[in-house]
Amino acid sequence: MNTPASATVSATQNLPAPTRERPPADVVGPWAWARNNLFATWWSTAITLVLIYAILRASLGFVEWAVVNAIWTVPQGASGPDTSSCRAIKGIGACWAVIGEKYRFILFGRFPFDEQWRPAICVALFIGLYIVSAMRRFWRKELVLIWVVVLAAIGVLMWGGVFGMPYVGQDVWGGLPITLILSTFGLAFAFPIAVLVALGRRSTKLPAVKLLCVLYVELIRGVPLISLLFMASVMFPLFMPDGVNFDKLLRAQVAFILFAAAYLAEVVRAGLQALPKGQMEAGDALGLSYWQKTGMIILPQALRLVIPPLVNTFIAFFKDTSLVLIIGIFDVLTTGKIAVSEPTWQGFSTEVYLFLAVIYFAFCFAMSRYSSGLEREFSRSRGR
Amino acid sequence: MSGAKADPRFATTAGPPRRRMQLRWSDPNFRNLVWQIVVVGLVVLVIGYLVGNTSRNLAARNIATGFAFLGRVAGIPIGESLIPYDPATSTYGRALWIGVLNTLKVAIVGIILATILGTLVGVGRLSKNWLLARITAVYVEVLRDVPLLLQLLFWYMALQSLPAPKQSFHLLDYVYLSNRGFKLPVLVWQEAHSWAALAALAGIVLTWLWARLATRRQELTGRRPPVWPVALLLIVGLPVVVWATLGAPFTLDKPVLRGFNFQGGATLSPEYGALTLGLIIYTAAYIAEIVRSGILAVPNGQWEAGGAIGLHRGAVLRRIVLPQAMRVIIPPLTSEYLNLTKNSSLAVAIGYQDVVSIANTTLNQTGQAIEGIAYIMAVYLTISLSISLFMNWYNAHIALVER
Repeated sequence: MNTPASATVSATQNLPAPTRERPPADVVGPWAWARNNLFATWWSTAITLVLIYAILRASLGFVEWAVVNAIWTVPQGASGPDTSSCRAIKGIGACWAVIGEKYRFILFGRFPFDEQWRPAICVALFIGLYIVSAMRRFWRKELVLIWVVVLAAIGVLMWGGVFGMPYVGQDVWGGLPITLILSTFGLAFAFPIAVLVALGRRSTKLPAVKLLCVLYVELIRGVPLISLLFMASVMFPLFMPDGVNFDKLLRAQVAFILFAAAYLAEVVRAGLQALPKGQMEAGDALGLSYWQKTGMIILPQALRLVIPPLVNTFIAFFKDTSLVLIIGIFDVLTTGKIAVSEPTWQGFSTEVYLFLAVIYFAFCFAMSRYSSGLEREFSRSRGR
Repeated sequence: MSGAKADPRFATTAGPPRRRMQLRWSDPNFRNLVWQIVVVGLVVLVIGYLVGNTSRNLAARNIATGFAFLGRVAGIPIGESLIPYDPATSTYGRALWIGVLNTLKVAIVGIILATILGTLVGVGRLSKNWLLARITAVYVEVLRDVPLLLQLLFWYMALQSLPAPKQSFHLLDYVYLSNRGFKLPVLVWQEAHSWAALAALAGIVLTWLWARLATRRQELTGRRPPVWPVALLLIVGLPVVVWATLGAPFTLDKPVLRGFNFQGGATLSPEYGALTLGLIIYTAAYIAEIVRSGILAVPNGQWEAGGAIGLHRGAVLRRIVLPQAMRVIIPPLTSEYLNLTKNSSLAVAIGYQDVVSIANTTLNQTGQAIEGIAYIMAVYLTISLSISLFMNWYNAHIALVER
């Protein structure tokens, strides 16, 4: 007890290093891991064996179909591509030639072939916009400006008519840009409406406005999107005075905005509800007006809280744009379906559907990873 | 704080005295009133403008508004229907009603099977078996990230590329799978079967009463009288006895291949199959996530506490963990059921005649766009409200009872 601290230290240092015993092999290492996680009980073992068998069979079958027996190109006949070799192996091997021949049509629809670099740049701009919006260092007021500039640039690129680019009408737009336009413009316009509706629904002093907001949200959320799209394509012309007629794409876009605004409003409302009342009262104490309080205190906090569910809503919304297939707008699903309705390529829809599924999956998976990452980050800061 | 009640400063906490509204901009009550009048006025103006345009347009196209068209002969060919329908004589009203029934047929079967599959997948994601947990995670992630419409088109194509009836898969006796759908024999319904069904119903009611009695007895004496044998006897035994005493009639309507298609038996069409299958598989991925988060929301200490008072694992799950998890699960599950019902409207893309599809055909034939859309909205709002009401009732039933 009386030994000085330094002596203890030196005594410890002079001891020979203890020989560490390795833990037994059935506690660490791959075998132990497999025993604990795959073969812990006889029941677990049975599940593992069945699953391994099923996975092996399915993946071997898929590889055989998609790679080993697949045909990648077909010879060009007198009247277009000759698909007889593909038809011979139908069901045994995939015919990826349909993607090679048709990918330009699937991605860009009937856009003039020589001008298709324009929608290609638009797709790149959209992706860039998503990436910039996802980065937290850009979460500031200037982001709105970036959105306006990029969306305007996309409009210029798609329509053309300036800078020596020939004009291209909306009726021949198609493919992936349409999907991205419908979802992105839909979100951009729906978001401000959603914030206003959510605020209106939360207001206690304006019962009439609250009633209108509740009616709007509940009516839109109560019916399927399809019926709104039918409404846009069938009823919208009836609503307009004689001679005024909007383009079909624009009508669908309006339907999407109304639809998305109702769903986003509920997400925003959840964020508003999560804020403690004291925030509003503190604003009152400072003598701020309603809009000052809302703009400077409430919304910045409430919106930050609901970013993960907002991203999830955006994913759902992105997938829902495929519904325009039913009213005949050329989004990427429609162009894919039309590509395989040609007599030459009829019957190769599996390949095209897989291609489309990969495109949708890439976008949605990226967004959902991002959303769950944010969720983890936010919950970590809350858990401290 | 006990003295606070006597304190005159707190005597008037009922609120500030009501002030008369002043007709000045500085009065917040007046401002609120003006803003509300402005907003409502604008909405009324816009709606009035649209209604005016619409009535002019309808008059120009000679379309009479109103639901009189429901009584006219429809002439829409309908492939599958739960009630008798003849395109030559049946009315639009009947056609639309068939649409509603077809929607319900998809929604009810879809909700039940999606719940079962979703629960299995959700529990699988929490499994200690690494492989099972990974596979179910991949299932959830992939299915949620591909649009439902694309999945439906895929399933429809897969069911359509099955072999023709002559080469159909012969699964069991009189059960065939071909590109004309799934064929299976059905029981020819006779009076004895109705009585047996009635007996089964009575058995269920009696079992429920017996279970309540058993619970009361358990609370009094600590011993629970057997319930399962009694339930088996009442629900299965009773109808069988009734059926046997009435002569045990049993004839099957079997599907038989005649020419290029089957005759007789019951059919699940490829359209119905693809729609229901797609909806179940897609919605199950969402339900799985809901179930998983619900189970994770119950703290581990609940399991341990259950073990400490001597309950076995199954009893802990049934009596302690699940009731608590249900409170977390029910509200999002309700909205998932509503989504499934609304998503069933994608039937129109693969040619299954649900209410949206038939209403769409109707409004194309008659030009009654507003009535058609109004009908769709009314149907879905009714279904949504019924599901919400039921789930809210159930939620209140299982909710935590607090002081």
